[in-house]
Amino acid sequence: MTDLKPGSVVFENVRKDFGTFTAIPDLSITIEPGTLVTLLGPSGCGKTTTLRMLAGLEHPTSGRILIGGRDVTMVPAHERDVSMVFQSYALFPHMNALDNVAYGLESSGYKKREARERAEEGLTQVGLSGMGHRLPAELSGGQQQRVAVARALVLNPQVLLLDEPLSNLDARLRRRVRTEIRELQQRLGFTAVYVTHDQDEALAVSDRIVVMKDGKIAQEGAPRELYEEPVSEFIADFMGEANVVSCEIVGRDGDDALIDVGGLQHRLRARQATSGQAKLAVRPGSVMLNPEGAAGLGGEILTAAYLGDHVEYEIETPVGNFFVIDHSVERSFAPRTAVSLGFRNRGLALIEA
Amino acid sequence: MLSGNKRLNALLGLGIGAFLIVPWYRVDRGFFSFEWPSDFLVSSDLAPGLLQIFAEGRVWLALALALFLIGGSARFMTDANKRGRLLVVTGSIGILFMALQGLAISFTGWAWTFPETTFGALPLGQPAMGAGAIVTSLIFVLFIAFGLAERGFMKGDAFVVGSISILIFLVTVFIFYPIGSMFAGSVQDFDGSFKPDGFIRNMQDPAIWSLDCVFGGNRCGVAWRTLFLAVLSGLGSTTLGLAFALVATRTRFPFKKGLRLLTVLPIITPPFVIGLALTLLFGRSGVVTQGLDTLFGIEPSRWLYGLTGIWIAQVLSFTPISFLVLIGVVEGVSPSMEEASQTLRADRWRTFWRVSLPLMKPGLANAFLIGFIESMADFGNPLVLGGSHGVLSTEIFFAVVGSQVDPSRAAVLAIILLSFTLTAFLAQRMWLSGKNFATVTGKGDSGAHAGLPKSLSLTVYGIVLPWMGFTIVVYGMILFGGFVKTWGLDNSLTLEHYARAFSVTFQDGALVWTGVAWNSFWTTMEIALISAPLTAAVGLLTAYIIVRQKFAGKNAFEFALMMSFAIPGTVIGISYIMAFNLPPIEMTGSALILVACFVFRNMPVGVRGGIAAMSQLDKSLDEASLTLRANSARTLRKVILPLLRPAITAALVYSFVRAITSISAVIFLVSAEYNMATSYIVGLVENGEYGIAIAYSSMLIFVMITVIAGFQFLVGERRLRRENRVSGMAKSSKIRIAQEKTA
Repeated sequence: MTDLKPGSVVFENVRKDFGTFTAIPDLSITIEPGTLVTLLGPSGCGKTTTLRMLAGLEHPTSGRILIGGRDVTMVPAHERDVSMVFQSYALFPHMNALDNVAYGLESSGYKKREARERAEEGLTQVGLSGMGHRLPAELSGGQQQRVAVARALVLNPQVLLLDEPLSNLDARLRRRVRTEIRELQQRLGFTAVYVTHDQDEALAVSDRIVVMKDGKIAQEGAPRELYEEPVSEFIADFMGEANVVSCEIVGRDGDDALIDVGGLQHRLRARQATSGQAKLAVRPGSVMLNPEGAAGLGGEILTAAYLGDHVEYEIETPVGNFFVIDHSVERSFAPRTAVSLGFRNRGLALIEA
Repeated sequence: MLSGNKRLNALLGLGIGAFLIVPWYRVDRGFFSFEWPSDFLVSSDLAPGLLQIFAEGRVWLALALALFLIGGSARFMTDANKRGRLLVVTGSIGILFMALQGLAISFTGWAWTFPETTFGALPLGQPAMGAGAIVTSLIFVLFIAFGLAERGFMKGDAFVVGSISILIFLVTVFIFYPIGSMFAGSVQDFDGSFKPDGFIRNMQDPAIWSLDCVFGGNRCGVAWRTLFLAVLSGLGSTTLGLAFALVATRTRFPFKKGLRLLTVLPIITPPFVIGLALTLLFGRSGVVTQGLDTLFGIEPSRWLYGLTGIWIAQVLSFTPISFLVLIGVVEGVSPSMEEASQTLRADRWRTFWRVSLPLMKPGLANAFLIGFIESMADFGNPLVLGGSHGVLSTEIFFAVVGSQVDPSRAAVLAIILLSFTLTAFLAQRMWLSGKNFATVTGKGDSGAHAGLPKSLSLTVYGIVLPWMGFTIVVYGMILFGGFVKTWGLDNSLTLEHYARAFSVTFQDGALVWTGVAWNSFWTTMEIALISAPLTAAVGLLTAYIIVRQKFAGKNAFEFALMMSFAIPGTVIGISYIMAFNLPPIEMTGSALILVACFVFRNMPVGVRGGIAAMSQLDKSLDEASLTLRANSARTLRKVILPLLRPAITAALVYSFVRAITSISAVIFLVSAEYNMATSYIVGLVENGEYGIAIAYSSMLIFVMITVIAGFQFLVGERRLRRENRVSGMAKSSKIRIAQEKTA
């Protein structure tokens, strides 16, 4: 795994139909070499189809796909310089770990001995040296996952594809493995395309995130950009929960806008918003709760749930219901208590109306 | 596109070989005897394609050569799209031309009249296609396939496109072409001219359609008789099968293991053997008949020879099949349904009638249709027991080999039979599909099945026990019958029959197979051994394509294949001799026609087994292999086949055994040189040599048990200890073997 040659990926106006159903109407993406890009979205949004077209497991109905500058639109999967880690790992149950890793090398024409040496090296790289003789069924979930990664990486692909690689691991392992994958990618510098529906995972591993909805790109950007400056209600809600309420822009001050939410005035970055009616996305943790009578937006607690390190509230206000996460556990409000809501400086964004 | 060029190079090389170094036309003494190279280039019959064009004057073949060269020139083009189109176009025209010239030009010139009037008479005709012509046809098919692959069809996978094209080509040649020829043959005269008189006369024949048994008290037409028999056999075997299934799954019957052994019987029993055994019991000189005569003075009669006898034999033969199907159905009824019913204050009787039985209904209907189709297709039992009361399948046979040779009548009868079985098949597919209530979900379904109500359990025991006894007696007769001198007349024990059939002597230090059976025995073994791997390969490849590939027309492809399995053997037999007796493809009298017949008749085994096994393999395994730089051929070889080993073994064993026991199609296709065991035995029965026939049959059964046990032992030894999925497959494939009989 020494001579890595990270490649770029370009989708040009790709369309994919399955029969009469259009999975992807018109998709264009550019991925820089050496970056880890996540395709994120709810199930059925076309992210896996996109990945499979990149792998050559599906062919686009129209449009072009380029890998490392070469047009691969009509190239079958086995002739493409990409490799893939499957959601189910897809380790061959009748071959041991070493044979699994050596399989791709032998398919590419390496002599058996060299293939084995490189496979051994690949297993070492993922911390499984000496486990080569084990059958997949004799490995733990995390180990199987690493074999799958090693199997894909030993081929020195221009692009590594990962299809929800963590979904079969338990929560704790998932956190560790995602760090390992990110580390490996940074260390070896390969291009990776990562598919997931879990926004935490996406935020943790990506250089860039492409959020997809109904086969289209809903928003694309760095993790921080997506979380802090969602362009739509969908993104705001998908990238961590958000309360979306309508507000009115009452004034501008340079880059900032002054808004009014049911009488509560607030100042935040204006972005594209001009004036008049707008929508405001508020993170559940960005709402401050004060006892009734303090300045702010009046509301009434509907439900309260104690969850150890925080309390979750459902609050009714004149502009709509708010879902609030409050970390001041020692001071909790009982249902049907009147409260006053204020906003913090972070975690608010104006979005498309 | 390097790989594209590689495979085109191979095709070009193959094509040059086809035109230059093998005889273009059929070699009389057989291509594979390899006597032809010695006379090659000397004898004009053996001339290769190029010489046929330029020296022998068969100028029309130049068109094939030209198309081949134009298609081949694609090799030197660089634009994938353009060369793809060129290949597809030349390939399509090429294969069309090959078919047309083969059909239109026969031994003496034009086979049809209209080209003769347009182009004028041909100075010379042509014999049947030989190696050169066949290879050239295949090359055109592959031209289409590779052309489509280069244009991105099936994700550009040449192996898959090639396999699909070749399979479609083979199925067309070996299933649809013969059936089509049969239809054509029904309206043709001996010289091939259109003459529907025979067709019309036979279609209106009262011997086929008369309903006299309802109105006039006479006998009904053979079509109605066959239908009537099939319905009764279907009902009988379904009822008995259900009783057996209930005993095996819902009672504390002590010999359940033995009951399951019953399911192996239909696989290893040649189809006419039951009829034979019944003759020994109830025939005029049968044991029971004689016994009743001496004890009670009941006059021996010929009641067995007719529909009653055939019905008994068929119910005996098909009950195990129906049992096998219904075990799955009865076990598939979720116990929690029955428990729910019981907690809702229903007693066992009500639970059975209102819950269990309705849930089994689609399964019962399925079992009935299977029995119905099997009965329609059955040839062995009616042949042995039918006498003058024939059914459609035997009537077809006698229309070809009997005193009144009437191919048109045979074709008409075959068409009638075919329409009955296809209707039943369509009913099975359309009406029953999606109506399966069997509720095996894969989630552990806890709970226990409700016991049977007392009266019902007494009834099923009352049915099952005597029938089991009867089955044991029948099979006992088969084993014992070979050792008795002459049934009814001289009941002394003897080894004479075995000696005559299977004697071996030493002469001049060498082994000489002097027994009369050896010749057909070894032919049978040889042909079964050749066709078994071919059957398994074609079947599994088809299964792979059906399960793993998506393409336009896939449903039609699958449907056509499955439908071909509902074609009775007799129909296949008659259509093969009608299609392959004359150019363009002439195979009758050769071993090839037997092999082709077995491969395409037994393919369902491989297909169904393969489909079932392959659907259990996660698709991501193939995809992983593909993304790991392995093409689909390597994926199939390295990943799928190793994981399918149990299914492969099952397909191999089953197709081997079926090739040995099959009779209905075989009896039309055997020749003096290639006689099969079953048709030899039927010949013995017709000559009244029951002793040898029975001895030979038990020998076959013994051989098949050995083969099955041997394979079972080998597979058992090598059972994958790995994933549940795989070992579960190994277990179920055994059961599946027998289910294939249901095709």
